[in-house]
Amino acid sequence: MKNARIRVLVAKPGLDGHDRGAKVIARALRDAGMEVIYTGLRQTPEQIVETAIQEDVNVIGLSILSGAHMYLFPKIMELLAEKEATDILVIAGGIIPNEDIAELKKVGIKEIFTPGTDTNKIVKFIKENIEITKT
Amino acid sequence: MDLGTRVRQGDTRAVAKLITLVENDFQHAQKALKDLHQYCGKAIVIGITGPPGSGKSTITDRLTQHIRKIGKKVGIIAIDPSSPFTGGAILGDRIRMQDLATDQEVFIRSIGTRGHLGGLSRSTQAIVKIMDAMGKDIIFIETVGVGQSEIEVIKVSDIILLVTIPGMGDDIQALKAGIMEIGDIFVVNKADRDGADKLITEIEMMIHLNGEGKKNPPIIKTVGIENIGIAQLWKEIERLIVELEENGQIYQRRRNRVRKEIFDLFQENWKDMFFQLIGEANLEREVEKVLKQENDPYCAVEKLTEKFKKKIFQGGNNIV
Repeated sequence: MKNARIRVLVAKPGLDGHDRGAKVIARALRDAGMEVIYTGLRQTPEQIVETAIQEDVNVIGLSILSGAHMYLFPKIMELLAEKEATDILVIAGGIIPNEDIAELKKVGIKEIFTPGTDTNKIVKFIKENIEITKT
Repeated sequence: MDLGTRVRQGDTRAVAKLITLVENDFQHAQKALKDLHQYCGKAIVIGITGPPGSGKSTITDRLTQHIRKIGKKVGIIAIDPSSPFTGGAILGDRIRMQDLATDQEVFIRSIGTRGHLGGLSRSTQAIVKIMDAMGKDIIFIETVGVGQSEIEVIKVSDIILLVTIPGMGDDIQALKAGIMEIGDIFVVNKADRDGADKLITEIEMMIHLNGEGKKNPPIIKTVGIENIGIAQLWKEIERLIVELEENGQIYQRRRNRVRKEIFDLFQENWKDMFFQLIGEANLEREVEKVLKQENDPYCAVEKLTEKFKKKIFQGGNNIV
């Protein structure tokens, strides 16, 4: 690929109204040379998955603070599978209790970044894991 | 089934993948584009341009919702700037288009400019074709927020909406040459704000100065967020499309578009040939000489051109 860019959808599922964290991540990924599609607050799983497909992203980054991750994340993974789009790398961040992390990884979320994570670590993770999933 | 066929059947994933290919590796995308070309030409392409924050995304969203009610299938190409330093971009136009995300008859693609100037990306024209071939009736191209001279959108659109807002003060004066000349319809958005009528007067005055026989674009007041003026705007767009089809303008614009496309593609090939035949090393050598004042750029180009011509005439058949 001559002119390829890593494309990332930064999405906020659910009903919480805070996107400062998502914006910080979006900015960090932009500065790492990625094209970041930011869709704003209160996205349904259907909106997130359809957007990811139309935008042909390599990565979906989910940010959530509402506590509804155990419902919303598996739903998103389910829809991705339905659309045969499981090649997209899905990562997440926000307020997610440790005891939920293993469960979320089981449904296919590749990594969970909790508050305080260095953004460089996220960039590095994407770059290292994208090769595997990139077609 | 090949990619082209899947695109024509409206397969979202295939369309998305082909657009990526066009963006990343145009040479390889050409095969599919060749196959698709014969199915293009049905869609009306509407360029939406204007300064940052004037409401282009909101107007695009509201117009789309409006024409979905009459069954029109819509493609949207939403362009935002790429960083000249990192190549990265924040593509945020979808924030205003959330309700469209799950409508199966609406396809939205966010695009970074990737170093291309003029308010569009290099890939825009090819993406228009893909959306056309997949069966969209109306394709909106939302440019980056523009200032004065990013007018390239006229080269890929059938008609142009220029979205402006009150309260930009004297900026409007500066806008007058260039961008202000390309609007087929002026949209005065956020018209509930102070200064909307003053802005309309200013635009009217400017239009008067166009003189006899020149285009006389209508001015429509909207408040995008409140959905005010959108129905009237669409009515005006439809009327204008009929008018421009009847007076041959649409044909003329499409003709110019094809001409430009052929020439641009030719230029790209030409560029590739330059590097194949002359090579990066020769170019660098000339750069060094000019920097050391041993040569000037004009003579350097003459020399490279001579070398280029010689190569072509020598082994022409192998190259072309």
